[in-house]
Amino acid sequence: MKLTCLSEGRGYYFPPCHIVNICGFRVLLDCPLDLSALAVFSPLPIVISSLLDEKASIHSGQSSSNSESVRQEVSELLDSKKLIQAEPWYKTVKSLQLWSIYSIDVVLISSPMGMLGLPFLTRLKDFRAKIYATEAASRLGKLMMEDLISMHMELRQFYGPEESGCPQWMTWEKLELLPRALKDIVLGSDRTELGGWMSIYSAADMKGCMEKVQFLKYAEEACYNGSLTIKALSSGLEIGACNWNILSPKGNIIYLSGSVFASATATSFDYKALEDSDVLLYSDFAACNDVDGEKNDFPPATGSSYSSNIGSCWETIPESWLDSDEYSEEMEKVSFICSCVLDTISDGGSVLIPIGRPGVMLQLLENISLSLESSNLKVPIYFVSSVAEELLAFSNIIPEWLSSQLQERFCSGQPLFTHIQLSNEKKLFVSPAIHSSKFLTSWQEPCIVFCPHWSLRLGPVFHLLQRWCADPNSLLIIEERADIKLALLPFEPMSMKVLQCSFISGIKLKKAIPLLKILQPKHVLVPESLRPHISCWNPKFSVQSFSENETVVVPKLKAFADMDIAMDVASELLIDTKMIEGKNIARLKGELLIEQGKYRCVVRNKQVLSSQVRPLLFVGRVDLDSLLMALKKMGMKVAAQSSGGSEHVSLIFISEPSEALIEVTSTQTTISVGDETTASLISEAVRSTSVCF
Amino acid sequence: MTIDCLVLGAGQEVGKSCVVVTINGKRIMFDCGMHMGHSDHQRYPDFSLISESGDFDNALSCIIITHFHLDHIGALPYFTEVCGYNGPIYMTYPTKALAPLMLEDYRRVLVDRRGEKEQFSSENIADCMKKVTAVDLKQTMLVDRDLQIRAYYAGHVLGAAMFYAKVGDAAMVYTGDYNMTADRHLGAAQIDRLQLDLVITESTYATTIRDSKYVREREFLEAIHKCVDSGGKVLIPAFALGRAQELCMLLDDYWERMNLKVPIYFSAGLTIQANMYYKVLINWASQKVKNLSATRNAFDFKNVHSFERSMINAPGPCVLFATPGMLSGGFSLEVFKQWAPCEQNLIVLPGYCLAETVGHKLMRAKPPARIDVDKSTQIDVRCQIHQLSFSPHTDSKGIMDLIRFLSPKNVILVHGEKPKMASLKERIESDLRIPCYYPANNESQRIETTHYIKAEASKSFLQSSLSPNFKFLKTISRADTGFVLNERAESCVQVCDDRVAEGAVIMQKDQHPKIVHQNELMDILEAENHKVQVAYCCPVCVPDEPKNVALSPGEDMHPVLDKCSLLHLLYTKLSNGFQDVTILNDGDRLQIQSFTVSPCLKEKCPHRIHVNPDSTSEAVNFCCTWSMEDEKLAWRVISSMKNLELKTR
Repeated sequence: MKLTCLSEGRGYYFPPCHIVNICGFRVLLDCPLDLSALAVFSPLPIVISSLLDEKASIHSGQSSSNSESVRQEVSELLDSKKLIQAEPWYKTVKSLQLWSIYSIDVVLISSPMGMLGLPFLTRLKDFRAKIYATEAASRLGKLMMEDLISMHMELRQFYGPEESGCPQWMTWEKLELLPRALKDIVLGSDRTELGGWMSIYSAADMKGCMEKVQFLKYAEEACYNGSLTIKALSSGLEIGACNWNILSPKGNIIYLSGSVFASATATSFDYKALEDSDVLLYSDFAACNDVDGEKNDFPPATGSSYSSNIGSCWETIPESWLDSDEYSEEMEKVSFICSCVLDTISDGGSVLIPIGRPGVMLQLLENISLSLESSNLKVPIYFVSSVAEELLAFSNIIPEWLSSQLQERFCSGQPLFTHIQLSNEKKLFVSPAIHSSKFLTSWQEPCIVFCPHWSLRLGPVFHLLQRWCADPNSLLIIEERADIKLALLPFEPMSMKVLQCSFISGIKLKKAIPLLKILQPKHVLVPESLRPHISCWNPKFSVQSFSENETVVVPKLKAFADMDIAMDVASELLIDTKMIEGKNIARLKGELLIEQGKYRCVVRNKQVLSSQVRPLLFVGRVDLDSLLMALKKMGMKVAAQSSGGSEHVSLIFISEPSEALIEVTSTQTTISVGDETTASLISEAVRSTSVCF
Repeated sequence: MTIDCLVLGAGQEVGKSCVVVTINGKRIMFDCGMHMGHSDHQRYPDFSLISESGDFDNALSCIIITHFHLDHIGALPYFTEVCGYNGPIYMTYPTKALAPLMLEDYRRVLVDRRGEKEQFSSENIADCMKKVTAVDLKQTMLVDRDLQIRAYYAGHVLGAAMFYAKVGDAAMVYTGDYNMTADRHLGAAQIDRLQLDLVITESTYATTIRDSKYVREREFLEAIHKCVDSGGKVLIPAFALGRAQELCMLLDDYWERMNLKVPIYFSAGLTIQANMYYKVLINWASQKVKNLSATRNAFDFKNVHSFERSMINAPGPCVLFATPGMLSGGFSLEVFKQWAPCEQNLIVLPGYCLAETVGHKLMRAKPPARIDVDKSTQIDVRCQIHQLSFSPHTDSKGIMDLIRFLSPKNVILVHGEKPKMASLKERIESDLRIPCYYPANNESQRIETTHYIKAEASKSFLQSSLSPNFKFLKTISRADTGFVLNERAESCVQVCDDRVAEGAVIMQKDQHPKIVHQNELMDILEAENHKVQVAYCCPVCVPDEPKNVALSPGEDMHPVLDKCSLLHLLYTKLSNGFQDVTILNDGDRLQIQSFTVSPCLKEKCPHRIHVNPDSTSEAVNFCCTWSMEDEKLAWRVISSMKNLELKTR
């Protein structure tokens, strides 16, 4: 087994990406897009305003061409005019393109985010891999891709049809002019990532991609090529998100992606199914962020009165890690958000929630509407997205994919989510676009708006931000991110309040170790930064670390593969066993099948088996004396002659019943005989006096 | 290794399905139903046969419920809450959601209307359902380390499933009730090709082949249409689940197509709640319904309204679905009393009615008739009555198809009538050659199961076993032997690839047997291989040779020159004689398996044993060697060589 980590990813929105070679099959784990890189592009309104102010733009362009100023401190240079003013491209995992697409046999998708880059692969002629994803993850992934395409098309309407070939901003002259912070994103810190940028896929590409996906339920066994049995097991991160159990005849491999023990919306982390694995690929990077969390001191977001990071209360996790403390922490977080929303609303401000996690979004929608009701505030909630209606409808028909709390609610006769009731009561307005007449007529402020896109570059969010960014009463709720400054740059100066919150998206370091203790794998692959933490408590399993773009060879799991022998084959074995060198040896003859990741030896056609003659094996030496005895017993007339030379050649002459000669050395016996009856007698004598198999 | 199958219910009858199966020490109860035809102790399966002491938690590994019908789940609250079973219970999500409605509905009929003693309370139902683990289709659930179960779509009612259970190498499927053809709202049963020791299948329609449902559906719609056209009211007494939704879907669709405005009502309460469940569970409906659901949920009935008691005597036509079914009491009976005397009205009886219920009496009545509703009331029934009997069970063709598809080692029939089961058993045994049983209630059937020996195989053993083993067999049609010239053109080659896995098994105490390729064996045994060979230098008659040689006496060239051609001559001769084996000719020697033959030019060959002293000088010697296993073949070849005459021209 070989592992190449193509990308460690970055949290929920950009899951890690690996290639694993298992039993000769090449498995790609996830195919995400780095949508946070969209931050280098300028959102449309800024482009428009800068076009109106063309002079200024030319002027600033001149100043930035000054090479000295380019090397100045980033913070000085970064202003919204420096953002790339072009139709956005999308950043894929660069290293993936170095692999031959044809050589990939299987693609496993662990979360909706993990499939956003997939159409780039599936549209290639050479793509032939089998894609596995859970039903729910692929459905959500499809909605996300549809939404992405439709938001992009809105931009294209402005920019016009795509230029053929390389866009202007990708030429080296232009790239050189970019401020360092942007250059770091576009080119990567090692300046090699330009090749990873792609222009958006078409709706047809996306459709073609979905047609190639095989949908799975949780814990459904899918068999690839007879040799790999693949199972998706709920990870709790998102509706439909999963970890993978890959069973091969050489042992089983667990792919542990970002996992959440007790999720409010999605089915919880099914860690019991991950026990007793041969290899565990630990690809949950949440703990790594814990490790270097202190180092990265992000500058506080501008104008945020709520910048007190809610996530920080997280560091005090009670010891009883398996309890639902995680759940209650998350619920606390949600109720804090709700209270902030209520405060804002009572101050007359509006709330904008561009959160892209379906699970979290549904939960917030549910809880905010409840708290509005309980505090008797009547403000409309809007959900603006091209896929809003479908997403809400979908969420209401998937009890199998939701948390036990929601399932219980369903079994007690209530709907899974209340949003149908909310829209019937005209409390929730769902609209595909911000410019639809239905939306505009129902519009009233203050209000609460859920909308895409969390990058703050695409979709309805920038129109609304543009509207509210100067309003100190309004509130923007976004997820905590390292590049918050860059993300908000086009909207500076911001007087709007910003609430940054971090929702749980993986296993914390404190829980990682007890988890591994429970799972008891034999061999664990961990990210480099996690290795010292794992090794320091002397685990019972072997630990190997991996880092980006390095290939790690996992020591052979087993020299021997598991095999089942059918009873009828086995019973024949037992008839004819021999004791050789203190070991019971028998012959095995049958047909070998591979089924469900297992080798199986069976008898289906007895004729085929009997038609083939097996060679005889003689072990050790032929004992001359007993051979002579045996021959004599058969009534033969024999005479022996031994040459005592280094060769130790012994000769046995047989004169009756017919002439024959046996030459015996330490390694070989040659019988020269010209008569069939004599020959078979001699053969029998040799067989009976030597260890023959 | 065996499977023991104890039939506690639905053995040679329909009702109280309950089969307890013991596989390799694990005990699973499939279904826990009640019999609707009995009101005494026969109503429930005889649980004492599972454990006399009543310690059911240790006696059973789990309970699996296939669907929400009462003859499959009716005894569950009694078993868990009254008998005290606390172990795991598995059913699909829809069954878990819908079963309490069904149980509650029936409990009320029994207690409130028929005045029977309460067997279990509403709290019992709720407590029982809390013990249930819901499963999704195809989800492999590990009940414990050794026992895994999996649900497959059965298509009988919403959420109905067939269950696969596996312990060690023994595996079986319990079908529950299933339907092999898709119906209006449900898909057809679907299952993987599995390796099974046993299939326990229902056999409701063991001998019938059903016609299309669409005819009866059309008759039903036409009857209703006629009735409402003439201003009549239609009453459809039905249980809240399943049939009500199916018929309503049918009607809603028909109303849409025919642009009818007559209201369709659901009696309030349970049915409305049931509809909500159906809407959420739309993923469990047929593919067609699911596909439509992107635009509109098929269970979101457009023309359906809820019904108020005050509307019973409101004028004008309408269609009303009212609970409970069978007109066994409650609201449906109340409406019946009001509507039955009017000739214009129509009562549709969808499906089975218990004996003693008004529905049952109505089925036999020919209006106008007087029917006793209870001890003191008689109703003058003048309305029309339409019976609708489509039940979503598979027919005999479907049963045979499923068994043929699964090809299990054994079949057990349950949930059917004894004579019909007997004839189905005959068919399964004669057509499919699968042993088939149909035990009666409280009887048990033992079945031998597959068992595999766990072993470990080396890489080179696996590689050699999986590599192709092509054989090219020449087949020359006999008729062509005369046309020697055409021989080449006429002969055809038959290719076969019979792979035989051959290896050595090393067995040691407390270890899995290890399987290696025989070439690896010596290394593992740390021993030397001793080569044993048999050899014979065989003289072959070459009659013309001395005369040819005479041309240039003294020169020793000719044997060398002839070596190749002699070998080729031998090759041609042998090829004709041995068509069943492959003869390889590499120029120096011929090879047939381990048997090799090459011209021997040595003056004195150790293998030249002159058995026949009068062998002539016309002979050329061929040295033959072989391994012992090819003894028979070797002597066959040699004896034919001895009789050969190699003519050089």
